[in-house]
Amino acid sequence: MSTPYAKLPGWVEYGLIPLINLAVAFLVAGLVVLLVGENPLEAAYHLINGAFGRGEYLGFTLYYATTFIFTGLAVAVAFHAGLFNIGGEGQAYVGGIGVALACLWLDQTMPWYVVFPLAILGSAFFGAAWAFLPGWLQAKRGSHIVITTIMFNFIASSLMVYLLTRVLKPLGSMAPQTRTFAEGGQLPKLDWLLAIFGLDVGTAPFNVSFLLALVAALCVWLLIWRTKLGYEMRTMGHSPSAARYAGMSESRITVITMMISGGLAGMMALNPIMGEQARMQLDFVQGAGFVGIAVALMGRSHPAGIIPAAVLFGMLYQGGAEISFEMPSISRDMIVIIQGLVILFAGALENMFRPAITRLFAMQSRRAAVVAQTKGA
Amino acid sequence: MDNIAIELRGIDKSFGPVHANKNINLKVRKGTIHGIIGENGAGKSTLMSILYGFYQADSGEILVDGKPVAIRDPNAAIAAGIGMVHQHFMLVENFTVLENVMLGAEDSQILNKGIAKARVELKRLEREYALEVNPDALIEELPVGLQQRVEILKALYRRADILILDEPTGVLTPAEADHLFRVLEQLKSQGKTIILITHKLREIMAITDEVSVMRRGEMVATRTTAETSVEELAELMVGRRVLLRVEKGEAKPGEVKLAVEGLTVKDGRGVTMVDNVSFNLRAGEIVGIAGVAGNGQSELLEAIAGIRRAVSGSVHLNGKPIDVTGHADPAELRDRGLAHVPEDRHHVGLVLKFEECENAILGYHHDKRYLNGVFLNIDAIREDAEKRIAEYDIRPPNPRLKTANFSGGNQQKIVLAREMERGPDVLIIGQPTRGVDVGAIEFIHKRIIEMRDQGKAVLLVSVELDEIRALSDRILVMFAGRVVGERDPDATEGELGLLMAGVEGRKEAAE
Repeated sequence: MSTPYAKLPGWVEYGLIPLINLAVAFLVAGLVVLLVGENPLEAAYHLINGAFGRGEYLGFTLYYATTFIFTGLAVAVAFHAGLFNIGGEGQAYVGGIGVALACLWLDQTMPWYVVFPLAILGSAFFGAAWAFLPGWLQAKRGSHIVITTIMFNFIASSLMVYLLTRVLKPLGSMAPQTRTFAEGGQLPKLDWLLAIFGLDVGTAPFNVSFLLALVAALCVWLLIWRTKLGYEMRTMGHSPSAARYAGMSESRITVITMMISGGLAGMMALNPIMGEQARMQLDFVQGAGFVGIAVALMGRSHPAGIIPAAVLFGMLYQGGAEISFEMPSISRDMIVIIQGLVILFAGALENMFRPAITRLFAMQSRRAAVVAQTKGA
Repeated sequence: MDNIAIELRGIDKSFGPVHANKNINLKVRKGTIHGIIGENGAGKSTLMSILYGFYQADSGEILVDGKPVAIRDPNAAIAAGIGMVHQHFMLVENFTVLENVMLGAEDSQILNKGIAKARVELKRLEREYALEVNPDALIEELPVGLQQRVEILKALYRRADILILDEPTGVLTPAEADHLFRVLEQLKSQGKTIILITHKLREIMAITDEVSVMRRGEMVATRTTAETSVEELAELMVGRRVLLRVEKGEAKPGEVKLAVEGLTVKDGRGVTMVDNVSFNLRAGEIVGIAGVAGNGQSELLEAIAGIRRAVSGSVHLNGKPIDVTGHADPAELRDRGLAHVPEDRHHVGLVLKFEECENAILGYHHDKRYLNGVFLNIDAIREDAEKRIAEYDIRPPNPRLKTANFSGGNQQKIVLAREMERGPDVLIIGQPTRGVDVGAIEFIHKRIIEMRDQGKAVLLVSVELDEIRALSDRILVMFAGRVVGERDPDATEGELGLLMAGVEGRKEAAE
C-alpha cells in the first residue's frame, strides 16, 4: 500500500515507457522546429538518414556511441552505490594522459595491439586516480561527491591546458596538442564489421574501442549483479544504514566505486585519441562526460539499457550535425535544444507518464482476472 | 437514521494491481467511539486516508450527517467537520503550540489578529475538554503525550465533530494512553464522534462502543463491543483461530553470554541516550527491555550490535570484549555468534529493492558458501533462500520477488530466518512484531522461545508491553537512558507502567 506504483511487466518498464518518453521528446522537438519555420518531418528525415542512412553515417553514430557507452557506464556504476559522479568529464580528460603517454612512448616501435592494452591500463589508471581524490574526500572527510567531482572537472581542464601547452606539446608547434602518433598509436577501424552488413565505413572513425566498450558493458553487468563487491555497492546505494548493519565499510566501497567509475570514464579517451585524432588535443572530451549522465539515466543504469541509450545519443550527435548542414536555419544550438529535450523527457521527467500507464495496466490485469474467473466458473 | 455521523457506501480503491479497499460499507453513529481494527495492510489506513481526502476512492460515496459529500482534499474533510490525528504527528517542531494550532487556519494575512483569536479559542477548548497544555511551549520541548494533545486541539480548533485517530497509543506510556482514553470519553460525552484505528485488541475492548473489523481490504464484520470478545475479534482479523497467549516452559539460564558493563551512548548532538547501563544475558533466557519508544533502547541495541559507537563502557560476548567504543565490526560480531534483528527492518534489516534471496544473505555475504572467488554463487544463495522460505513459511514462496512486495510479517520472517538459522549464541531483537500481522506474531513468538529453549541468549526490545511480558524471563525497564528497574514477567502492568514513566525508578535509584 505504501508503494502506489506497483510493478510493471519488464517490457513496459524498460521498453514502452522509454519509448513513450522519447516519442514525446521528439514531438516537442518537432514543435521547436516548426517554430523556426522549418518542416519537422524533413528534419526528422535528415536526423535518421544522417545517422543511419549510409555506412559512413552509421560509422560516425557508433563512434559517438562508443564514447557515450564508456561515460554512461561510469555514471551508472557510481549510481548503483548511491554516488552521483558528475566528474566523468574531467576523469575522461585526465584519462587521456594515460593514452597519450602509452602512444608517445611506443607508437614508433610497437604495433597497435601492444600499445592498445597499455593505453587501456593507462587511461583507466589516470581516470581512476582523478576519481580517487573525490572518493577519498567523501569517505574520510564527508565532502560531497557532487561538489568535489564537478570542481575536479575544472581542475582537470586547467591541468590539461598546462600539460598540452608546456609539457606534451612538441617543440616548435603552435597547436596545443601532442605530436601525431605513428602507426602503433592508431587503432584499426572496424570496417570489416560494417562490411559484413554490406556497408562501407568511409571516413568514419569507427574503431576497435567500440568492441572494448561492449566488453566493458558486460564486465559492469558482471560486477554489479554477480560479484560480492557489486552486491555491497548496491546495498550501499539502496540503503546506507543496511550496509552499515551488514558490516560493509562505507568508505572502502565509496573509494573503490569511484575509482572503477573514473577508470571507465578514463577509457573513453581511447576512442577519440587513439581511434580518431591519433593525437591528444585540447578539450577532446567535448561534453561526453555530461552526456554520460543522461545515457545512464535513460538506460536505467543497466548496461543493456546504456548501450541503446548511447546509440540514441550517438544518433542525435551525428544526425543532428547532418540537420544543421542540410537545413541551415536550424543551427547547431537548435540541435542542442533537441538533445536537451530528450534528456528532459527521458531522464528528468522519467516518471511523468508512469502513473497513467500503471493505472492502465492495473485496469487491464483486473479485467483479465475477471475474465479468468468467469471462464473458470 | 439521523444519528449516523458518517456513512461510507461501496468505497473501492486500488493502487495499481493492489486492491486496498473492496466495496467498503461502514456506518458510524454520532456520539460514539467506533473502533476499526485489522492487521497491517488490511486497508484501514487507506480507508481513513480516503475519508480525510488524501486519496480519492475509485468508486463509492461518503455521507456526512446523511448528506453525500465530495472530499477531494483534507480541506474539504475539515469543512465537512472531519479531523484527523495522525500516527506520525504533523507538527512543526520549532513552533509553539499556539502557532501549530492556528497553522493553516490563520483567518487573516495579519498574524496578530489571528493569534489573539486563537488564544481565546484555545483557552475555551482547554476548559471544555480538559486538554491543558501551555500555548506558548515549543513543540520540541513537549513530551509525546502532550504533542498528541496538540494534534487533537488542532482538529477541534478547526471545529471537527468527527475525529479520526490513527494508532494513537503506539508512542504513549500506559499512563499516557489511559489519559488519552479519558480525553476521548470526555469528547464523546460532548457529542463528538470518534473513529479509533488500532491493531491492539485490548484498546478496542476498553474504550469503543462499536468495532468494525477489516481483513485484506474488506470490511468483514461490525460488532457491538460489549457483545464481542478478544478471541472473536482476533479470529475475524486473521480469518482463523489464533493463539493469543504464548506457551513456554521454565527458563534454564546457563552461563553469561553477553555482559554489558557501564555502557554509555550519546547521539549525534551529544545528548546521552544510554546512561551507564549494565546487565548480564545468560544462555537459555530471554531478557526483555521495556520502555516507551525513545528512552535509549534503540541506541543500546545498536551499540551492542556494533552499528553505533559507545562513549564508554564495555560489552563482552562469550567472555571476549567487543570494541564498542572503537571500531566494532558487525561482520566480525556475526562470526563470533551475535545475531541482530534490527528494529527498523525497512531501512536497516532489509534492502527493500533487493530480491528476497539477496536479502537472505545480507551481512552473511562473506560466507564462503555464497561465493566463488569474487563472484556470488547465485545457485547456493537461491537454494538456501528456498529452504528458509519453506521453513519459515514465507509467502509468496518466491526467492526472486522484490522484498518490498512482501507483507510486513513476511519481511520480518525473512530477517528472522536469516538471523536465527545460523545458530547464533546471542540473538538481539528489536521490535520483533512491529507492523506484523497477528498470524505471523504467533509464529515469531514461538520461534523466539524455541531459540531460548535451544540454549541461546535472547535480548528483546519492544515497545509492546504485552509482548515483553509474554516472552521475557526477566524484564529490565529503561527510562531516559537508564535501566530503572528489573522485574519478573509476572509484574503487573501498572507497576511496569510506573517504571516506564520514570516515577518509581527515580525513587528506586535514590534508595
